[in-house]
Amino acid sequence: MSKSSFGRYGGQFVPEALMPALEELEDAYERYVLGNEDGFVDEFRERLREFGGRPTPLQRADRLSERYGREVYLKREDLVHGGAHKLNNALGQVLLAKYMGKERIVAETGAGQHGTATAMAAAHLEMPCEIYMGRTDVNRQRPNVYRMRMLGAEVTPVETGRGTLKEAINETMRDWAGSVETTHYVIGSVVGPHPFPEMVREFQSVIGEEAREQVLERAGRLPDSVVACAGGGSNTMGAFHAFVPDSDVGLYAVEAGGSSLEIDAEAGVAPNSATLSTGSDGVLHGAMTKLLQSEDGQIMESHSVSAGLDYAGVGPELSNLVDTGRVTPDSVDDDAALEAFHRLSRLEGIIPALESSHALAYLERAAGTAAERASGDEPRAEAHEELGELVVVNVSGRGDKDLETVLEETEKRDLEAAPDVEVFEQ
Amino acid sequence: MTREDRRPEEREPRDDERGVTRPASDIERAIRENHPALIAYVTAGDPSLEATKEYVEALDRGGADLIELGLPFSEPIAEGPTIQAAINRALEAGTTPAGFFDLVDSLSVEAPLLVMTYYNMILQHGSEPGADVRPFVERAADAGLSGIIVPDLPAEEAEPLRAACDDHGLDLVFIVAPTTAGERLERIMDRASGFAYVQARLGTTGARGDVSRATHDSLARLEAYDDAGVPKAVGFGVSEGDHAAEIVAAGADGVIVGSALVDIIATSETPAADLEAKARELKAGARRGADVPEPEQP
Repeated sequence: MSKSSFGRYGGQFVPEALMPALEELEDAYERYVLGNEDGFVDEFRERLREFGGRPTPLQRADRLSERYGREVYLKREDLVHGGAHKLNNALGQVLLAKYMGKERIVAETGAGQHGTATAMAAAHLEMPCEIYMGRTDVNRQRPNVYRMRMLGAEVTPVETGRGTLKEAINETMRDWAGSVETTHYVIGSVVGPHPFPEMVREFQSVIGEEAREQVLERAGRLPDSVVACAGGGSNTMGAFHAFVPDSDVGLYAVEAGGSSLEIDAEAGVAPNSATLSTGSDGVLHGAMTKLLQSEDGQIMESHSVSAGLDYAGVGPELSNLVDTGRVTPDSVDDDAALEAFHRLSRLEGIIPALESSHALAYLERAAGTAAERASGDEPRAEAHEELGELVVVNVSGRGDKDLETVLEETEKRDLEAAPDVEVFEQ
Repeated sequence: MTREDRRPEEREPRDDERGVTRPASDIERAIRENHPALIAYVTAGDPSLEATKEYVEALDRGGADLIELGLPFSEPIAEGPTIQAAINRALEAGTTPAGFFDLVDSLSVEAPLLVMTYYNMILQHGSEPGADVRPFVERAADAGLSGIIVPDLPAEEAEPLRAACDDHGLDLVFIVAPTTAGERLERIMDRASGFAYVQARLGTTGARGDVSRATHDSLARLEAYDDAGVPKAVGFGVSEGDHAAEIVAAGADGVIVGSALVDIIATSETPAADLEAKARELKAGARRGADVPEPEQP
């Protein structure tokens, strides 16, 4: 009976009141998105081009290529309207809600990127929109809160728990349970009950489709590996999906290692968000997937310097791809991500989102620098081999939203690649 | 009657509508024999497991015919602010499944007990976390619980738990929402055991000042199942005797009260006495709705 579509993962673990809405959504998804009824897909693609600025470039990163001794290409999702891949999904879902005759949009947001994208899509398509955001995230992502308000969205801070994405999702589900007849919930990642994980992946798969076509055109062959950061997993699945059948292409999902991979069992806190690397099977927010949880089944508070990765769950499809060995999960810590943030800014003139900085940090660790390789002091010989000669890294978003966090966190650390920021404070 | 007396193996088996032999349901019997029934909810461990024991006994004395004990889960997406806060208090007090079952073991009350919890708590119990629901059901049956309610488990996902409950003589109670109709309603009523939990309004749990129109509509939709089906009890928003009267007059076999009781626990200086009094008020209201005279007070 269960509709879990990804091995043992997925399903629809939601209050009964939401089940008819999921049935309605499933029907609309099949008709409009998979069947292009009423020209939905044509309109979606047209709007992605005109409003969203797609396709985004696949840029050869010259300095990174030199540093890592291989061809490194960056898929520039930071150049999508709004500054992140999130618009692909938000535009798709708000348009679908419109086709379904819904009157109102609710959404949750962690880093604020999904909230901003949803607010943009809702303004663009004339839909009233309310965004729930944890109090901690409201405080650390103020520019995005202002942006959402400017775009006409209501932003409602969620005070419960640690005030991050997990709590925002709970609160949005509660809103939706009371307004389901007129409201569509734009879930921001490949998480939640069926058909959300599949539908969001479908909207995001444009990333990998473009990248696959572009790399074939530029390099004349498929990449050896694709690297993307993974929180909930929407940019990850978006970047990977087109390459999943290409079994020679390695797929690397890089999670937030936070300050440590060890769990503080007494406090019920995971000082990381490395669900694929360290989590266990369970049910959260409507789906069976991998989770950060206690032995008793209580969900842990997660942590990452990047609000967008700070989530105790992960998409069920990604969980399954990890179990079947198709996707390799790994993690980098907060320090490495901050280093990578500064490094890309300095070397390539691109300020990446802290989320994307995790993918870039993995490249540093797995590939090792040219100097390290020359001295034979290679940090991870095995990973170096696996990454291969041609690597695509998904730059899922731009880092302007993270500047306050980066300044604050950089000051606390002695980072090799960081600029001297004291000069600004005199 | 004690917990021991209610062990499933001591019950009379019966054939249900699907031709499956199942043990007679304590819950169904408790509702039918005490019609119109009062079903009371409290969160176990709010503010401590010792206090919960006292409160459950007070509710039992006050006339609750069934008692739902919440086993706290950190992400209670179906709850409103009142029960959410109670769950947080219980978790902060260190309530664990082991402590919960110890509490149930220690209780000696007339009313059959149900556990209300989220699916992940059931899945993680036992030696193979995340894989099997049976260890939880076995422990629940062992503790003498009569049924399970899982707000995030729709009928479509419930087969493994239902099979385990059937084997151990526990009822699996399903929720019928205002949005549930047509084939879904039929599917749920076909699977329901113990009682059908009729959700009075859309949204989350929480005490309200009135009885929603949706209650009347839902009860009307359920009339078709009156002869063959399980009893139906209405919850979500019920807080006063008059609500109980109106709901029972509209055709419900029972009322479910949670947030109003949790409010008393959170705010009263004499919670046990106030819970007992509130149970009396609600039960009297339900009786008014069914035109059943009050029994004489001892």
